[in-house]
Amino acid sequence: MSTSNVELPAWIEVVLIPVLNICLALFFAGLIIFAIGESPLEAVSIMLNGAFGYDEGVGYTLYYTTNFIFTGLAVAIAFHARLFNIGGEGQAYIGGLGVGLVFLLLDGYLPTILLLPIGIIAAALFGAAWAFIPAWLQAYRGSHIVITTIMFNFIASAVMVYLLVNVLIRPGSMSPETREFSQSTWMPFMHEMLAVVGIDVTRTPLNLSFILALVCCLLVWIYIWKTRWGYALRTAGQSEAAAVYAGIKPKRIIIITMCISGALAGMVAVNEVMGVHHRVILNFTAGYGFTGIAVALMGRNHPVGIILASLLFGVLYQGGAELAFEMPKITREMVVAIQGLIILFSGALALMLRPAMVKIWLAIKPAQAVAQHG
Amino acid sequence: MQNQKTQGEDRNLPPANDPLAIELRKICKRFGQVQANRNIDLQVQPGTIHGIVGENGAGKSTLMSILYGFYQADSGEILINGKPTKIKSSRDAIDSGIGMVHQHFMLVETFTVLENVLLGAEQSAMLDKSESNAREVLEHLSAEYQLSVPLDAITGELPVGQQQRTEILKALYRNAEILILDEPTGVLTPQEADQLFRVLQALKDRGVTIILITHKLREIMDITDNVSVLRLGEIVSTQRTADTSTAALAELMVGRKLETQHFEKIDNPDGENGIEVHNLTVKDDRGLTRIDNISFNVKRGEIVGIAGVAGNGQSTLLEVLAGIQSPGSGEFVINGHNVTSTTAISPKEMREIGVQHVPEDRLRLGLIKSFSAAESSVLGYQNRKKFNWRMFLNIRSIRTACKKLMQAFDVRPPDPKLKSSSFSGGNQQKLILARELDQSPSVLLVGQPTRGVDIGAIELIHQKIIEIRDANCAVLLVSVELDEIMTLSDRILVMFEGRIVGTMKGSDADKTTLGLMMANAMDDAA
Repeated sequence: MSTSNVELPAWIEVVLIPVLNICLALFFAGLIIFAIGESPLEAVSIMLNGAFGYDEGVGYTLYYTTNFIFTGLAVAIAFHARLFNIGGEGQAYIGGLGVGLVFLLLDGYLPTILLLPIGIIAAALFGAAWAFIPAWLQAYRGSHIVITTIMFNFIASAVMVYLLVNVLIRPGSMSPETREFSQSTWMPFMHEMLAVVGIDVTRTPLNLSFILALVCCLLVWIYIWKTRWGYALRTAGQSEAAAVYAGIKPKRIIIITMCISGALAGMVAVNEVMGVHHRVILNFTAGYGFTGIAVALMGRNHPVGIILASLLFGVLYQGGAELAFEMPKITREMVVAIQGLIILFSGALALMLRPAMVKIWLAIKPAQAVAQHG
Repeated sequence: MQNQKTQGEDRNLPPANDPLAIELRKICKRFGQVQANRNIDLQVQPGTIHGIVGENGAGKSTLMSILYGFYQADSGEILINGKPTKIKSSRDAIDSGIGMVHQHFMLVETFTVLENVLLGAEQSAMLDKSESNAREVLEHLSAEYQLSVPLDAITGELPVGQQQRTEILKALYRNAEILILDEPTGVLTPQEADQLFRVLQALKDRGVTIILITHKLREIMDITDNVSVLRLGEIVSTQRTADTSTAALAELMVGRKLETQHFEKIDNPDGENGIEVHNLTVKDDRGLTRIDNISFNVKRGEIVGIAGVAGNGQSTLLEVLAGIQSPGSGEFVINGHNVTSTTAISPKEMREIGVQHVPEDRLRLGLIKSFSAAESSVLGYQNRKKFNWRMFLNIRSIRTACKKLMQAFDVRPPDPKLKSSSFSGGNQQKLILARELDQSPSVLLVGQPTRGVDIGAIELIHQKIIEIRDANCAVLLVSVELDEIMTLSDRILVMFEGRIVGTMKGSDADKTTLGLMMANAMDDAA
């Protein structure tokens, strides 16, 4: 029987099912840990403790979360227009190029108050520009956006290697990275800002970008659900024919949406380049763009869900690193496998439990309805 | 309701000695809140044609899906030829001798007829042997039941009537003794429908049991032996067709008495032209001519109906006039604005110059299923000032406006927050019509206004279309329902393969002539 058209209440759809998916993933992860002779419970407690147990852990967790929010939002907004943007990785990378270029040119001349917004805008513009090309090809030439965005990841990677090795490299340096930007371009660290108001926390990479990420969540939510542009975007995503009927130009929606998506992905550079490394380095994107797909899937393409999913992945990254450190038998690869299980269950198999939930719900629901009427 | 029920049960069907072909006992099926089928008892005599009628959403399709194994009943029993049978999949249904011809054909269009018939019933891994066996069997079947179909033709290139025969052959090839046909005449001309009925008659004479699901009461009266009426998931009556009448059946279907609709026809409207089409020719992406050099006009205060079998260019015509597709060559004047391929007017501009369009396919174009009714009720008008505040949509004013539309057109339930897909077809259509008519159009383009709409809503929709005509609007109506065209139109144009092949005044239109025109067979008849 088909259950996909049966509506479930929101709390089952967005809370219960994702939580059950995570539990299933953890169960299988537990089996693996058990199989290699370690205690799954202990592993979980090390992970959670590593992620939340002390202020440094929290800082790292939220720092990772920031990246996932940006890339998750990028995938989600495109998804609402039924565009599958696999290119977050490349867009983030090119976003870094934008930050690098403006700062290499300007960091000696302008004050922080101007440099920070310029850096953010540069990251967004370059990310958007990198997404614009596949978008244009999709809209006007019919090249499938999944294919082109994947290809553009490779192109971005190659371009960045070339530029960092041959053009932007610090003169005289052996490692392919730019010079460090002047301190006036640095995104304020969270521990610095908290120190100003008298709260003392350990130094972590967590910086102001985290707040920027939360603001982006709010803006994306408003854009998609509260403006006429978002209305047009959702209409085009649901039915291109209906969009045309309603006087909306689907091609334009593809271009605009992908540019916003690319800009959001480009923001990863704000966190990484402006916030942490203060220079452009090779592969600073470290797969965040790809993980963003899982984040968006898990967060059901809703900003609130994306924050929660990003937090989960933040925990997995930070707690996982701690786990590999604390339990020598659990290697870094094992942690990646556990992350993979979570992505598998909450992404690819997200709807596996749904038919069962529908059955249970239908069995319980009529009783309630009858009770209400009687 | 109680009365009618007993009335129906009083007329007992003649007892038969053979076991019943199909017997359903207390079948119940529920989808969430909706009880789609409630305690269905149905007895189908072998070797008869049994009609099942009911409004959309009455539970006909669910019942047949249960019989064909797409769904399983929550409770109840199915007996085939007197034996209790569990039908868990369509494979079980086929094994029990049940064949089904769906409303939308389940054919692979790029396969030949023979390949389609074989699909899923191959006898070995190598096709050659199966094919030669099948060819023999099929030729025998075609001859026996007058079901001639060219076996080696590509299915997609055949007319719909022949595709439907392919479906019937498919079922017979699988030894179906019970044939279920779901709305079989929806895509046929009246003449093709008559042919189909002759085939069904031949099948019946050779002992095949046929269940005919339709909402066309005339067909029920013409061909069935017994008829059951479904309403709100229950069987409210089963009786011999000879003992009843269309009026009585319609009343049972709707649950109340229906006025026959009759509207005054306007023979010689004296208004100016709302639409003028000159030598319009439109080709599609593949270069096929969809509209072939047509010219006509629609005056203000006049309804011009376009009759024709689906797929003869009517849909393209509507989309071109609404600005969705570009006119190829030729031109048209709509509400005083001249349109050619170089001076195209977008759908957005069309709305602004007082041309409103109720699209044929309401689920694909007219609304967005996942949107709330309020959101769907501004589709196309989402940029209007009154629905926006600065950069934000003003959801409160959208909801208020939607509520008003719902009240004016009796959309039920009148809840703007409900998802568009939760409304029945009729209520969705009323909402779309309300949205477009609220703009007081001076030209109205309407496609299939009552497709999949229940009888109760049809009355209101027709009434509203007449009202807008009387408000001096030029109305172009496209419909595949000949009855609808004849009820509403002041003038009728018939389209065939992109051309206008006939014109009639609404006041002296008759079905036979229109049917012949629709098949472009006027010359043959003369």
